[in-house]
Amino acid sequence: MTKFTAGDMLDLRAQFPALHQNVYGKPLVYLDNAATTQKPQSVIDRIVAYYSNENTNIHRGVHYLSHQATEAYENARISVARFINAAEAHEIIFTRGTTESVNLLAGSLKQFLLQQGDSVLITGMEHHSNLVPWQQVCFQNKAKLLVAKLTDKGEIDLEQFSQLLAQKPKLVAITHISNALGTINPVKEMIHMAHEQGIPVLVDGAQSVAHTSVDVQDLDCDFFVFSGHKMYAPMGIGVLYAKTDWLEKMPPWQFGGEMVDQVSFEETTFNRLPFKFEAGTPNVAGVLGLEAAMKFIRQYDMKSIETYENGIVQQALEMLQTIPGMRFIGEAAHRAGVISFVVDGTHPTDIGTLVDKMGVAVRTGHHCAQPVMTRFDVPGTVRASFALYNTEEEVEKLVKAVEKAVNMLR
Amino acid sequence: MTIAETQQEIISEFSMFDDWMDKYNYLIEMGKDMPKIDERFKTNNHLISGCQSRVWLHSELKEGKISFTADSDAVITKGIVNLLIRVFSGHTPEEVLEANTDFIDQIGLKEHLSPTRSNGLVSMLKQMKLYAQVYKLKQDN
Repeated sequence: MTKFTAGDMLDLRAQFPALHQNVYGKPLVYLDNAATTQKPQSVIDRIVAYYSNENTNIHRGVHYLSHQATEAYENARISVARFINAAEAHEIIFTRGTTESVNLLAGSLKQFLLQQGDSVLITGMEHHSNLVPWQQVCFQNKAKLLVAKLTDKGEIDLEQFSQLLAQKPKLVAITHISNALGTINPVKEMIHMAHEQGIPVLVDGAQSVAHTSVDVQDLDCDFFVFSGHKMYAPMGIGVLYAKTDWLEKMPPWQFGGEMVDQVSFEETTFNRLPFKFEAGTPNVAGVLGLEAAMKFIRQYDMKSIETYENGIVQQALEMLQTIPGMRFIGEAAHRAGVISFVVDGTHPTDIGTLVDKMGVAVRTGHHCAQPVMTRFDVPGTVRASFALYNTEEEVEKLVKAVEKAVNMLR
Repeated sequence: MTIAETQQEIISEFSMFDDWMDKYNYLIEMGKDMPKIDERFKTNNHLISGCQSRVWLHSELKEGKISFTADSDAVITKGIVNLLIRVFSGHTPEEVLEANTDFIDQIGLKEHLSPTRSNGLVSMLKQMKLYAQVYKLKQDN
């Protein structure tokens, strides 16, 4: 593991083919990493190698290829467990992504944990993926959705959070890092607070796994979910981590092949962990791609990735701040590589449209967090989000592009 | 001027622009210049769905011809909306229904017409044609 420095940048960027292209005749400046990151060659190669030489269905075959692929798939599970420091490999359930992970959990927990009159506690900064599933199971079970409020800086009001815990919700679901505000939540402290009341906690790590070290045992979260594609891995692969005790208690969510033990027309017994939660043929290539992405990240010391990305974000914040009318949405003291902003007298989509013409890819809109936009009374924001391959030069291009757009619009 | 003539006029205006900045500056100017919609029509009933920016569209039939007015909170969207209004307003429902919209491609704004694009131009066009359809049905009855 080496320290990651700005000097590594050229070599590192060279590993991402998609970064080396022109859009509208200008070099692409890719700052939509909170939506999805680009993929390094090693991840692309892993997927190609799988389909070129190793493709077969896993777990059932007696033949050579099936043994090989099954072993590769199960080894990847061990790699993922190590990456987030899960105690057991069977605590890693592969899904299609964060959204499916949350749906799996909601679909399973609602069957035994959530009764009429119970509640689930979320926060006001959740992505729709960690909001709508809970809202819907609450509707179905006649339970109540409690929402922890945000301060004007875009941080969770911990005092109010603690009051809501006193209402004894059956589950707390919180995001690690807000995709709309960039806030890093004090999840460890919040988990501790919830556990003192005996309440389990789900952490949505979609925006955190690629940018900060995650140790699920140290956090002591009961559940942790994330997607591969926001951490340099392919789309369509994600993870639900859950403590063994929970997985044993949880009924399966989807039924079919692979997740069963014995099947007759009268009854079915289910497979052991983790297979009882993985119905159907899994995304083997995705899992192997995810493992390759983790290997890619692990070349570097996570702390130094964090330090480098922080430097880029600080530079971007300072430079953007000089644009007249600039207003950041989300000014948490502890923040990650997501910068959301509006500029007085302009509309976010207009800025997005114009900077796109200058080769700068940002996202505009509500970022699948409409209640956050309502909270801050904006129609949407412009969001620039960073990854470890972004450079100071790209930050300068972003700022120049935004300046130019604002001048055109005013 | 017929719809086709107005479209031709717009195509020749856009052909004078050397680069994207000129083009977008023009759209922005047109957005700023757009006649204001009557405030009482800026309601959810007039809001076009599927837009990242909000677009309100109102129409009236005056002496057999449709008059469109619109507004948006985003100025580039407003500029594009203004173009559409310039093309379609003041024409009969039949003319609006029959008109094609190839000119948008020809002036290099096709990307704004892609159905996956969330600026709502597609919804806006659909809504204009829908109004025309309704007026036509009313007339036919």
